[in-house]
Amino acid sequence: MAEVALGTGGAPARPRRRHVGWVPYALLAPGLLWLLVFFAAPMFTLGSQSLQEGNVFDGYVFTGNVSVYADALQKYWPHLLRSVGYAGAATVFALLLAYPLAYVIAQKAGRFQNLMLVLVVAPFFTSFLIRTLAWRTILSDTGPVTELAQRLHITDLLQAANLINNDTLLSSKFAVIAGLTYNFLPFMILPLYASLDRLDHRLVEAAEDLYASPFQAFRHVTWPMSLPGVVAGTLLTFIPAAGDYINSRLLGNTQTIMIGQVIDTQFLRVLDYPLAAALSFVLLLLILALVTTYVRRAGTEELV
Amino acid sequence: MRWLRRHLLVIVAILVLVYMLIPNAVVAVFSFNNPVGRYNYTWQEFSVDAWTNPCGAQGICDSLGLSLRIGLVASLTATALGTMIAFALGRYRFRGRSGTNLLIFMPMATPEVVMGSSLLTLFLMIGLPSGQLAVTIAHIMFCISFVVVAVKARVATLDPRLEEAAADLGSTPVQTFLRVTFPLAFPGILAGALLAFSLSFDDYIITNFNASPSSITFPMYVWGAAQRGAPVQVNVIGTMMFLIALVVVVAGQLLTARRDRARS
Amino acid sequence: MAEHESGDLQLVGLSKRFGEFTAVHPLDLTIPEGSFFALLGPSGCGKTTTLRMVAGLEEPTDGRILIGDTDITHARAYQRNVNTVFQSYALFPHMSVLDNVAFGLRRKKDKDAKRKAQEALDLVQLGHTAAKRPNQLSGGMQQRVALARALVNRPDVLLLDEPLGALDLKLRRQMQIELKRIQQEVGLTFIHVTHDQEEAMTMADRIAVMNGGHLEQLADPTTLYEKPTSTFVANFLGQSNLLRARVTGSAGEGLARADVQGNEVVIDAAKVPDGLTDVWVGVRPEKLTLGESGGRNRLHGTVVDASFTGVATQYLVRTAAGADVVVVQQNDGSARAAVNENVTLSWEPGREFVLDAAQDDHAGMDEVA
Repeated sequence: MAEVALGTGGAPARPRRRHVGWVPYALLAPGLLWLLVFFAAPMFTLGSQSLQEGNVFDGYVFTGNVSVYADALQKYWPHLLRSVGYAGAATVFALLLAYPLAYVIAQKAGRFQNLMLVLVVAPFFTSFLIRTLAWRTILSDTGPVTELAQRLHITDLLQAANLINNDTLLSSKFAVIAGLTYNFLPFMILPLYASLDRLDHRLVEAAEDLYASPFQAFRHVTWPMSLPGVVAGTLLTFIPAAGDYINSRLLGNTQTIMIGQVIDTQFLRVLDYPLAAALSFVLLLLILALVTTYVRRAGTEELV
Repeated sequence: MRWLRRHLLVIVAILVLVYMLIPNAVVAVFSFNNPVGRYNYTWQEFSVDAWTNPCGAQGICDSLGLSLRIGLVASLTATALGTMIAFALGRYRFRGRSGTNLLIFMPMATPEVVMGSSLLTLFLMIGLPSGQLAVTIAHIMFCISFVVVAVKARVATLDPRLEEAAADLGSTPVQTFLRVTFPLAFPGILAGALLAFSLSFDDYIITNFNASPSSITFPMYVWGAAQRGAPVQVNVIGTMMFLIALVVVVAGQLLTARRDRARS
Repeated sequence: MAEHESGDLQLVGLSKRFGEFTAVHPLDLTIPEGSFFALLGPSGCGKTTTLRMVAGLEEPTDGRILIGDTDITHARAYQRNVNTVFQSYALFPHMSVLDNVAFGLRRKKDKDAKRKAQEALDLVQLGHTAAKRPNQLSGGMQQRVALARALVNRPDVLLLDEPLGALDLKLRRQMQIELKRIQQEVGLTFIHVTHDQEEAMTMADRIAVMNGGHLEQLADPTTLYEKPTSTFVANFLGQSNLLRARVTGSAGEGLARADVQGNEVVIDAAKVPDGLTDVWVGVRPEKLTLGESGGRNRLHGTVVDASFTGVATQYLVRTAAGADVVVVQQNDGSARAAVNENVTLSWEPGREFVLDAAQDDHAGMDEVA
């Protein structure tokens, strides 16, 4: 009742803006400073690092050596491309899986709504790494899943599609994409749920009343109204998936190495800081370019 | 056939849920395994050995303790900083709002590997050694944005007239904040804090760039163990965390459900 | 905290601008202590902004606010002994009903807060709901809790911001009587902001009608209705038939002769604004009589519409000159007219009001709630 009453108020609610002066800045300062120093500044040191020459033992000097970018791209473009491809595939699959689930939770779950939401976030309660390791158990060569896939000739199909290399599921493109899809699925479901939950079911009924078939009602009402959730969900899935290397490392093989793993290795094992920094920078720019184009086309600027 | 068509959507939804939960079930089941050799990937026989001795694997409980400590410090700090930003964004008009929004949004749109490696270059440049401090700083950094989003959503639903009502009834700005604004925003702040803790506790990639051999967090321990063959205790601790979180969430749900029932 | 100051509430040249937009033009108003005062006007007329300035929730651009001799213009909301019943009630959802009511007293460190709050709840007949949460109560009950929460502080001035707006009609009527009773019982100054003219007239001793940030007229309900000083007030409060007329001379006995669309009528000369000949003659629908028994003044026309409302019948009569006149005839057994029937309308001189013809005869019409 109170909520309803709030909406019917005639006069607009004007929040008090008396102390506009310094209060907001005082509230913002510590957090923004932290982000400036430990998020924004590192982007510059990263760029600077990529243009230095030398080695870990003798130190680095800034030489503006741009050729490192050419080297990095020449050597690792397949990994970059692969990362974008895997992340893109995982995003599409996650969307296909998440949409029906989010729709059911938002519109059809009734009293099971809270239970289903708990189940969606429940996987988070176990560590990301441990769950990814569990997929090694599930997809293991002698396990029931592999056996079933072999019997149903799904393995043949996957092999024909060049997603697996032999008759087993693990250590393959298939396993990596499945793992990425699995790991980022909740990030897709929650924003979708949020926008579908706001959808008034009467709108769909109105569309059907106006001679729309269920598919047309979905196409013209449900889907457009859930677009903000779709955009948010795909971004929240694609971005971390493109930089991830836990799945490719634990579920893949030497042919599935993603760019994150290269950066990790170059930084922490090979200790080629400039090359690693250059790759990191390229990855960042690539993702920013993809995301900006995507957001422009989807037409949703309001993200935060 | 008609039954199938009518319930197809629900069936698909349940299958997706099953897909999401299978790994958790596998982790739990294999915490009772008694593996032969180092790899806990195939079922051998039932055993409670790991449950009776969860710290039995070398270093596992040290890394768990470190992760809990870092998670606590990082989530509390990030919650304080993020809540302040959320209030500034939700309650005031000021210059530089779009710049602020961008700075909040960017960490969520940047792959972890980029954040981890760029932070490493900063620490190298200013001479801050890798280790617990560096990891904590990093965790606070990537948690702030998520806290801001969680708290801002809640602040946006607060009726500014409630604060006016408090002032109208003679409450000073400080009293108004403590007695009205904060209690009403608390669910959002708590959600933000829990999210920050779980993000910090679970992070591997950024941590890996900034940790030292003396600051092995739990995810790093699991990663290292996975290379050699993970001990069953990893599954035990994973299952324990799952159960604790489940109890907390279910208890919270039941509590709100009961309060709602009492109200109607 | 301001000491308890009694006295009239005075607004002196009070104005408010939001950027380019002037919400309230300089306003002078004295609200006598202990009165039930209404600020009436369509939405956007500046009445709520005025109220918020009195509450301390909006800083005036210019002017002063005084209670008795104390200037409270620059006192913060929490420093004023003024309390508000908010439009949406603004009850704290996380506190019990009793804690809501005791909130103001506790800020003043009143040791007896709980007992006084309980008494205030009893006054609004909600003593039994003390332990509940606001959202367990119905809209009408929440409204009364909001009233108790403000009343319990014994403010110098109690402000009511469209407090009945969210209630259904029946409950609103009930609460109007209830509010009036409580005001008489506690004897505090009430300022009631509303866009509902009927509500204002039912409850208030004095009404200030506002329009476009200006004060249109300040008077008691009867004067506002019988002697509106502008076409806006005439149309906003109830229905008015505004007939274009020309004053042609004196008719003796304090009456003036006027020409209304070719009909000669006589009107109260005292009501004609000084020196004007082009005027609106306003006659309320219930002051017109169907037939010739109403008085000396006559109009002729054809019934174009008749609607039966139970206690009365409302006719729309089109005069020969093409003006539409509304007539309300009590359902007292007298003869009724049918559509298309030619009728004569009559009224007694003195029952009309007279306004300057330079004013827009449609002012305030669209605003009628």
